[in-house]
Amino acid sequence: MSAAATDRVLFVRGLRTNTDARRLFACLVGGLVLALMTGPSGSASAPTSGFTGSILNPRVFGFLGFGAAIWLLMTVRHRFGDRIRAASDRVQAGPRRLFPDRRVRYGIYVVVLAIAIVYPMHLSSFWQEVLVDQVGVYVLLAVGLNVVVGYAGLLDLGYIAFYAIGAYSAAYWTGALPIHPFVHLNPFWAIPFAILAATLAGVILGAPTLRLRGDYLAIVTLGFGEIIQIVATNLTGVTGGAQGVIGIPHFSIHLFGIRYAWGINNLPYYYLLLGFVVLVLVLFRSLESSRVGRFWTAIREDEVAAEASGINVLKYKVMAFAIGASTSGFAGMLTASKIAFVEPGDFTVQLSILILVLVIFGGMGSLPGAVVGAAVLQWAPWYLREHPVLGFQQQDIYIYLGALLVVMMIFRPEGMIPSRRRKREIGLAEHGVGHADALSGTGSGPVA
Amino acid sequence: MSTSVLPEPSAALATGDAIVEVVDVSLSFGGVTGLAGVDLGQRRGEILAVIGPNGAGKTSLFNCLTGVYTPQSGSIVFRGANGHETQVIGRKPHVVNHLGIARTFQTSRLFNALTAFENVKIGVESRQHTGPVGAMLRLPRTRREERDSDARSTELLDFVGLRARANELASALPYGDRRRLEIARALGTAPELLLLDEPAAGTNPSEKVELAALIRRVNADMGVSVLLIEHDMRLVMSLAHRIVVLNFGRVIAAGTPEEIQRNPAVIEAYLGTTEGEREASGGSEGPGAGAGTDPGAGGEER
Amino acid sequence: MCFTQNFSNAIVLGLADGFIYALIALGYTLVYGVLQLINFAHSEVFMSGGFAGYFVLNAIIGTGQPHGVASFGLVVLGILGGAAGGGVIAFLLERVAYRPLRRRNAPKLAFLISAIGASYFLYNLAGKEFGRDSVSIPSPFTNGTVFTVFGAQVQTYYLVIAVAALVMLALLDRLVAVTRLGKGIRAVAQDAETASLMGVNIDRIISQTFVIGGLLGGAAGFLFGLSSGVVYTMGFTPALKAFTAAVLGGIGNIRGAVLGGLLLGIAENLSVTCIGFQWRDVMAFGILVVVLLVRPTGILGERLGRSA
Repeated sequence: MSAAATDRVLFVRGLRTNTDARRLFACLVGGLVLALMTGPSGSASAPTSGFTGSILNPRVFGFLGFGAAIWLLMTVRHRFGDRIRAASDRVQAGPRRLFPDRRVRYGIYVVVLAIAIVYPMHLSSFWQEVLVDQVGVYVLLAVGLNVVVGYAGLLDLGYIAFYAIGAYSAAYWTGALPIHPFVHLNPFWAIPFAILAATLAGVILGAPTLRLRGDYLAIVTLGFGEIIQIVATNLTGVTGGAQGVIGIPHFSIHLFGIRYAWGINNLPYYYLLLGFVVLVLVLFRSLESSRVGRFWTAIREDEVAAEASGINVLKYKVMAFAIGASTSGFAGMLTASKIAFVEPGDFTVQLSILILVLVIFGGMGSLPGAVVGAAVLQWAPWYLREHPVLGFQQQDIYIYLGALLVVMMIFRPEGMIPSRRRKREIGLAEHGVGHADALSGTGSGPVA
Repeated sequence: MSTSVLPEPSAALATGDAIVEVVDVSLSFGGVTGLAGVDLGQRRGEILAVIGPNGAGKTSLFNCLTGVYTPQSGSIVFRGANGHETQVIGRKPHVVNHLGIARTFQTSRLFNALTAFENVKIGVESRQHTGPVGAMLRLPRTRREERDSDARSTELLDFVGLRARANELASALPYGDRRRLEIARALGTAPELLLLDEPAAGTNPSEKVELAALIRRVNADMGVSVLLIEHDMRLVMSLAHRIVVLNFGRVIAAGTPEEIQRNPAVIEAYLGTTEGEREASGGSEGPGAGAGTDPGAGGEER
Repeated sequence: MCFTQNFSNAIVLGLADGFIYALIALGYTLVYGVLQLINFAHSEVFMSGGFAGYFVLNAIIGTGQPHGVASFGLVVLGILGGAAGGGVIAFLLERVAYRPLRRRNAPKLAFLISAIGASYFLYNLAGKEFGRDSVSIPSPFTNGTVFTVFGAQVQTYYLVIAVAALVMLALLDRLVAVTRLGKGIRAVAQDAETASLMGVNIDRIISQTFVIGGLLGGAAGFLFGLSSGVVYTMGFTPALKAFTAAVLGGIGNIRGAVLGGLLLGIAENLSVTCIGFQWRDVMAFGILVVVLLVRPTGILGERLGRSA
């Protein structure tokens, strides 16, 4: 046989190997699941209608085809991976060489900032609202959680509690709660108090619980998030109970002749948010490359060695918690003041997990990742709602996010825009070197 | 009930020359006795070696000295150069480190995804004070501390001979270099006492020679007292000022290298009679050499 | 004392709740034993059992009102259905969300996140497919007071739970102590590497451990659903409490899970008379925090494999 023919035979024979068949099966099943997710819904009285509508229906072939296409791509990459990687590296080498250059980077930031300032003015009021309430606030939350999960490697599943504390602080200091402060503040001036309250909550929650090992910490924080919601619902005398509180005034400033009041227009909130986000990004970037950032990395890599090298591990973990909480304090404050009302039902555990998805998708430990991940995942469902695709229903969004998390962990745990260091750590951990997170390496009990 | 042996440790303590004083320390976990009434004293400026067969309790002793384990009884007192005496037992490891005790681990625990330089820098920075506020605002003091730590890290890398590999990832370093890097990082924390857990394990003969030279320089040039666990007898005999021998969690002998070589209890502990004599007088590897494991092994974690 | 009012009632109710918690807690503890990880998605295994039991009984009973021997058969069918539902979901969970990560030797954080994603996916999918409203399972028996002890009325429902749970626990005990699978589980729990060197198929043991936990959790879902109804969000709170129970008893310890479950159930019900029904969940969580801070190894603090 000629060389080409031999190659062809080997390729075909290779296709029948076990892993390829398994991969095909997995991809086809994945296609079916996708069909199910995007298909019609059922109900308790008609539990199979969702299934029959999605799968026992010609549309399923499209999804199976999609699954097969993915399989083909994966198999090709598996086989010719090296050649493809080399080619893509060559293509990426050009721009990548430019990027670390300071001037180029700052130039890009300026351009992005300019777009961020100008573009929203041309959006419709609906999209401006999405921009502030859905995208902007969640970018802030993701950046905060990124400090906890990404820098310090701690899993906080009750993160929404800090957002709640910020919101209720807004209500408190402006006198909207049943209990009143000794002086009523304008919400704008209450901002530092909200941030402080959230930060303190981070310290109070963290100090006793951060001694626990990673997965125990996750459960405890999950429970804590639940508790905050229960407390807010039941302490009617303090928090206004299940109906929440209304009448939180909008921001306004009367200072040195500057008078400005935020109203119901979305844009001013957007610019306030943008200003805060930019400030936070600058501060956190410095933090990341500082001594504190390095200590967090050390703790993530090997807590025992970090402690032996003189790092007070508990202190830095609590610090991460507190700093991460601070951004949610502001976010909660902003939302409360804008929407003018707060209710416990806004602060579900589901939202805590949503923020986690945003961070993971974007890239744990990566600031641009957190921003872009949050922006993309928060904007996408609204876009798809306006331009429906494949039967996507917005109330099903969490199904997609859950699946996304699993898929990310299997295929790209470092996220879409990874931090270089994290990517290294995960790669090393997979080859048995180091642990890449604050979870393993210390025995079998709950206490780290 | 302590099994204190030769008078040397007490003599050192009497002259106030001791840097650390272990008295009647007992440790047990999970039904296993790790240490049973250990007495040990180290003089400032000396290189003290702790040897003994596998499972003798050497790493457990280290873990007690650094606050990783809390012994059930006994006392460990550290005397700093400033004259302060502090009880080590009950303190967390990072506090012990700030007192002036640094350590390396049996299997090098480096921060693998960081460069050699960054590894050392973390050790150095543990003595600095920049907090989150200073870090975020890049205050002048922060920038100064950063410059200082950069300079010191470079110095230390030079000292251990890793300057050329400063920007390589720790995971990429060859084995012998990883050992040296760990020592550099420990030195970054400005210790008065350096605990080395089997620094030569797994290294080849030429690396061993360099390592021995490095340890001597650490002791002589930097004035750091060294407490080392080792299985390589030749290395121990050539480096140590004094030796303490552990077996089954107790001290069975203590003294100068010559005294230890001749000590019958030591010889017996290692192997038996004639063969043991040959080994103890400087054979290539002691019987317990290689990857020695104590019951607390991988044991830093338990 | 506020908790001495209705004391016996609280105990009876507490035991009933406790058995359910125990069944769920066993799932956590078994998986923890072999993987040293908390199976975050176990709550959805519980939920799946609830729905599966519902579908089985709904199909058979419809609007009927069974009694007598038929009741007994239906209860068994419901439990089997629930167990099957739980087992299937647990099996799929291990295959899809855990095994690929084990293959790549992923860091432990990845397992946790994957499980969280799987949990999210499962319960929201259930909400989509089966509707977001709560449904009640058609009762396979007529509920009434069977007997009274110390002033507490023991209803049929409580008896069903207790008997079912005790039977399942006895079976589990046999399984772990006597069968090859049980020995395999204990071996892997003690030292996975050595076990595999001795020829134990780790993958299969882990998968089967998940399934066993799923059977128990699914049955618990059905039993829970009999009185509380079935809804796609039903997994969250009971599972969190069951986790508390597992930790309270000593994570990794089977007897501990049972003990923890019963203790938690009783403590919860006793405290309800004092602090009020709406704070019930806070109480359970409070216990969790206290245990983790004060005695993290739990009451019986020992692992599945070790005897000492």
